[in-house]
Amino acid sequence: MRIESREQFEALRTETRAQDEAQPRKVLVCCGTGCLATGSRQVAEAFAREVASRGLDVEVGLRVRTTGCHGFCERGPLVAFQPEGILYTKVKAKRVPEIVEKTIVGGEVIPGLLYKNPADNQRIEQYREIPFYKHQVRVAMRNIGHIDPTDITDAIAHDAYAGLAKALFEMAPDEVIEEVAASGQRGRGGAGFNTARKWRSCKNAPGDRRFVLCNGDEGDPGAFKDRSIMEGDPHSVLEGMIIGAYALGAHEGFIYVRDEYPLAVVNLQIAIAEARKLGLLGTNIMGSGFDFDLRISRGGGAFVCGESSALMRSLEGKIGEPRAKYVHSTEKGLFDLPTVLNNVETWAGIGAIIHHGGAWFAAMGTEKSKGTKAFSLVGKVKNTGLIELPMGTTLRHIIFDIGGGILNDRPFKAVQTGGPSGGCVPEGLLDLPVDYERLTEAGSMMGSGGMIVMDDRTCMVDVARYFLAFLTEESCGKCVPCREGLTQMLAIYDNLIEGRGADGDIERIERLARAMQLGSLCELGKSAPNPVLSTLKYFRSEYEAHIRDHACPAGICRALTAYEIMADACDGCHLCFKACPTDAIEGIIKELHVIHQDACISCGACFDVCPTQAIRTFPKVERAVEEVV
Amino acid sequence: MPTLTVNGRTVTVADDACILDACRAAGVHVPTLCNFDGLEPWGGCRLCVVDMSLAGWDDDWFKMVTACNHPVSDGMTVVTDSERVLETRRVVLDLLLARCPETPLIQRLAREHGIDRTSFRVNPEPTDCILCGLCTRVCDHIGVSAIASVNRGWGREIAPPFHEAPPDCIGCLACAEICPTDCIPYEDSPTRRRIWGKDFEMLRDPKTGEAVITRAQAEHFAERSGVPMSYFESSDRSKRRELAKTVEALRVVK
Repeated sequence: MRIESREQFEALRTETRAQDEAQPRKVLVCCGTGCLATGSRQVAEAFAREVASRGLDVEVGLRVRTTGCHGFCERGPLVAFQPEGILYTKVKAKRVPEIVEKTIVGGEVIPGLLYKNPADNQRIEQYREIPFYKHQVRVAMRNIGHIDPTDITDAIAHDAYAGLAKALFEMAPDEVIEEVAASGQRGRGGAGFNTARKWRSCKNAPGDRRFVLCNGDEGDPGAFKDRSIMEGDPHSVLEGMIIGAYALGAHEGFIYVRDEYPLAVVNLQIAIAEARKLGLLGTNIMGSGFDFDLRISRGGGAFVCGESSALMRSLEGKIGEPRAKYVHSTEKGLFDLPTVLNNVETWAGIGAIIHHGGAWFAAMGTEKSKGTKAFSLVGKVKNTGLIELPMGTTLRHIIFDIGGGILNDRPFKAVQTGGPSGGCVPEGLLDLPVDYERLTEAGSMMGSGGMIVMDDRTCMVDVARYFLAFLTEESCGKCVPCREGLTQMLAIYDNLIEGRGADGDIERIERLARAMQLGSLCELGKSAPNPVLSTLKYFRSEYEAHIRDHACPAGICRALTAYEIMADACDGCHLCFKACPTDAIEGIIKELHVIHQDACISCGACFDVCPTQAIRTFPKVERAVEEVV
Repeated sequence: MPTLTVNGRTVTVADDACILDACRAAGVHVPTLCNFDGLEPWGGCRLCVVDMSLAGWDDDWFKMVTACNHPVSDGMTVVTDSERVLETRRVVLDLLLARCPETPLIQRLAREHGIDRTSFRVNPEPTDCILCGLCTRVCDHIGVSAIASVNRGWGREIAPPFHEAPPDCIGCLACAEICPTDCIPYEDSPTRRRIWGKDFEMLRDPKTGEAVITRAQAEHFAERSGVPMSYFESSDRSKRRELAKTVEALRVVK
């Protein structure tokens, strides 16, 4: 069937919705990349088999749906039951017959599969009551987890393309831009440029041919929001791009997806094929007379291709290197033609903004940062996963209420936001409301929405070195400050963590950082010093300890740290003995254990397993002194 | 025709000029490494950074940009010698000196900026290649693209595909001649030329016997221009002789 008019579309919407309501009983199995890795495909298949063999699909209209990422990756595979709203975590395929028998047929909840709140050890039945979900407000991720991303009718039943129909039949292109302007939405890729301003600037550029592009080259360590959106609700991305193309008068689009996201590519391909079949993509969309089609382009694995000008060069088939953007890509972008490039999450929000109105979106968030923002919450936090929250939510709320606090209740040390271009925010700023300006003021940035939580067992010099090593690997090498500067800076950091730090190193780092910020060609180089400068700003004493005392205060840098067992705290449980990879620990069960320093490689495995915290770290230099004595 | 000031001097330049053109028109020297008249500016060496303020910006608000590829506009203010500009150039040269400690051009430029020794770790495998990209860009410009940059970051280098003799190379030596540090080796004799591991047959002028051009290059240009091969294989001397003969013949007629 091809939709030829708005009436036909509305009829299809009513029909799909009625179908959905007629069969309210659903088993939603998360098949996002995280849950797939823990075996959710087998769980989904087991449910389908079990439900079919009992005839439940026919008798009570029960449907088993594989959905995109539910977000709570820490507890996967996740299975939700509707309309009851029950969420089971860590579901294994072998337990499926029991679940079908008890929960679906018997209406009985299996307590062992429910989420246990670490705060009070209570099991929580309703997924909406789980703190991780309770505080979220989802716009870009509105349908993820509720729909089967490979079934367009499921998406349409959940309001997909309703915003498109409104734009095409009720609004002039300029009115669409005005509505987006009213929403105040800013780019979700990190820089936070106003979406409507970007569109207007492209629209005002001379020329008949223009492009809309979607940046799905998310490459920051610890970030996966764009992946989850493309996997879990590809139609939200398509809808946003079609609306944008209509507003701009563009007829061609590309989605640039990194090749490491195979499921995103497959789900997008299915979505595009289904949308074309229904006449939502291609010529004469919904009978409106507007033509637009798009293609997927897969990246080749270079982080820098997430930078707009490099992405466009890569799309053109050239080497993916940035170029000067003194003339904006909205005027001279892909093939030197006017181009709008927006992030996956930005596009995913557009359909909802048009459907509900710009004012609805602008009512959420802070003065300058409107709406909601998706974050990938990872690191040393109890509830890792994908969340979406109104702008202005404090870091403390995100980490302690939604994230459930620090793993093993260790002390919080810092949170790294914005990926390798971002910075580390210390404990003193935990009450910072998260928006573009506040994060920048704190020396970090919004970036792609990655949040890496760190506990006291984190050396900030080591963290800065990690991001530097990543960027040194990913710098394209076109400009001198980035290519040579990163390499030299990494060499200084290698000295610091190896105990070869020297006076003047901090000054050398700061001098390089400033030249890189001012002199680099693209944002990769310009923002590369952020992790360095923010750790220097908030944790300078750790740098000084590495240089002056050749000690790592956090006890992480292996060349500087030694371990020993405290006699009064060791209960002889023998766990450290088993964990030690070099057999450096000696001891009999229920007796005091001892670490042989000459065999110890300071890996920290014993420290991490010790249940009585009987192991302490101390600077290796002290050990050397003891040996001399 | 926009009018702007460079270090306080007022200049008027063409609409499509870049800041570097304006600096030259004002008689202000700005050092460059990866820029070459006739090739599209690239903005890779970052040596030509200047401070720039557009008309309408706050007086003390400057943005650091590269002069080689930033377009000029009316009322623009350019400062080429602010402390942060000079310091950025110094760091760039300090870094290049660490990469290319034995390269005379870099040593000279560094010295001119007050750097005798690099303050960074010296490259354990010194090279003369500063990765300015001139060789690959001139090769692209000629329409050959036989060489390109490969790998990224610190591992970036200029090479033919798969480090093998490049099938598309015409042996024109443009890459070697444009190289500011003379780091592309080649061998040349009246009968044979060798560059990037590929051997070329030389065409000799039929009259003077001089080795003029490789056969591959003559064929490349003949094909693209429609001019006969015989034009390319005659040497400059030979062409001048022909011209002199023609002029002489004209005089006789007169």
